[in-house]
Amino acid sequence: MTSKGTDTISLAGRDLVSMRDFSREELLAFLDAAEGFEGYDQPILAGKILGTLFFEPSTRTHLSFTAAMQRLGGQALGFADAKISSTAKGESLADTIRVVENYCDIILVRHPLEGAARLSAESTRLPVINAGDGTNQHPTQTLLDLYTIRQKRGRLDNLKIAFVGDLKYSRTVHSLIETLTHFDNEIFLISPQSLRIPADFIEELDARGTIYSEDEDFFSLASDVDILYTTRIQQERFPDPVEYEKVKNAYRIDRATLDKIGGSVTLMHPLPRLNEIATELDDYPGAAYFDQARNGVTVRKAVLSLLLGIDRV
Amino acid sequence: MQGEPTEPAASSGDMPLIKVSALRKGTVIDHLVAGTALKVLSILGIRFEGAVTIGLNLESGKVNRKDIIKIENREITPEEVSKIALVSPRATFSIIRDFNVVDKFKPALPPVIDNLIHCPNPSCVCNDSRVATRFKVERTDPLKVRCHYCERSLKKEEVELL
Ligand SMILES: [Zn+2]
Repeated sequence: MTSKGTDTISLAGRDLVSMRDFSREELLAFLDAAEGFEGYDQPILAGKILGTLFFEPSTRTHLSFTAAMQRLGGQALGFADAKISSTAKGESLADTIRVVENYCDIILVRHPLEGAARLSAESTRLPVINAGDGTNQHPTQTLLDLYTIRQKRGRLDNLKIAFVGDLKYSRTVHSLIETLTHFDNEIFLISPQSLRIPADFIEELDARGTIYSEDEDFFSLASDVDILYTTRIQQERFPDPVEYEKVKNAYRIDRATLDKIGGSVTLMHPLPRLNEIATELDDYPGAAYFDQARNGVTVRKAVLSLLLGIDRV
Repeated sequence: MQGEPTEPAASSGDMPLIKVSALRKGTVIDHLVAGTALKVLSILGIRFEGAVTIGLNLESGKVNRKDIIKIENREITPEEVSKIALVSPRATFSIIRDFNVVDKFKPALPPVIDNLIHCPNPSCVCNDSRVATRFKVERTDPLKVRCHYCERSLKKEEVELL
């Protein structure tokens, strides 16, 4: 299935199911292609149809992919909620995919079960893009995060990258940390004790020789940190509401917090935010969270075009 | 291994403990971790054409205990050896023909293990009975496997066979 040549990398016909399937060179090929899609809206995907199968709702991801497809002249069709699909009648995922492959050229799957995108990819000859499978993977989110880091800091190596907040349950953080092991950076993991990153990821960082440290204290961060990636801390993770309030405020970032750690950090967040980042920071020059959302469309345009094997003209 | 004299077949010195005649043709699986013989039999399935002799919790050396299985008229395949390696990595396998050991396998895990390990993640798509489980071996010693679907990893002590 791998179509990696010796001198050029072709991603045509590949599935984008998990970041684990891609080498450093292939990741860079996605990012390099995305640069060419900044502001690009020629109808190169005219006549192509993206099947959007959302077995659980995710309005943002759905809109972002649909925008990317339509910007390039393609069309999207599908369902936004499993309640209106045949799965509600008990049809197997594999059967649904085999039926839908007759209606489109590339398939996007969002599903509450982990591994659903992998199973979908095995059930069809069409390329499959994972738009989130439970707590496992959401590869275009990771690609747009990498793209944003490179855009803001000019490189993907030799950076100090801090992850702050819920490092236990955040799929976004797990996937980005894992993918960053392809590069040479220093990672800081800041979280309450109860929301530490799972041991499996620590083991992987060790195995890949990544330099990292764990701390509960946000202010353990040095002023030369380049990226501050924050995530939502959800109340339902805390049986004790008092504990939640304490933790929530300990990791809230506002202008005073940034003044305290100093430096010129790039602030990232997968959105939607609750109150992890004060709105007063929205015009702070390093605030990159709305750029992430814009870059999402750019990266998805590149992904669609690469997997369909259609170049820019 | 030091201290043990030359080992002509998998049937080591303590074999006479089980009162069975020597195997003319078949397979001897020796040095199974004590308590795993029944699991190994379930891995091998019910396709037996001859006698099957099982020794449980036999003395092995001064301190250890082991299980042993002798299977008449069936030669174990390398694939089966790999599966058994999952539950008993130090087992030894001897293929017998005309009372002679003609082949010995060392356990080696295949890179991919299909339909043998249960994925403990309740929200993994492979828990749908229509989907066969698949695990990739990431490390053999100590064992670490990863579910092909949900991508969770399991260590040896977490591995549960179907
Ligand atoms: Zn699984």
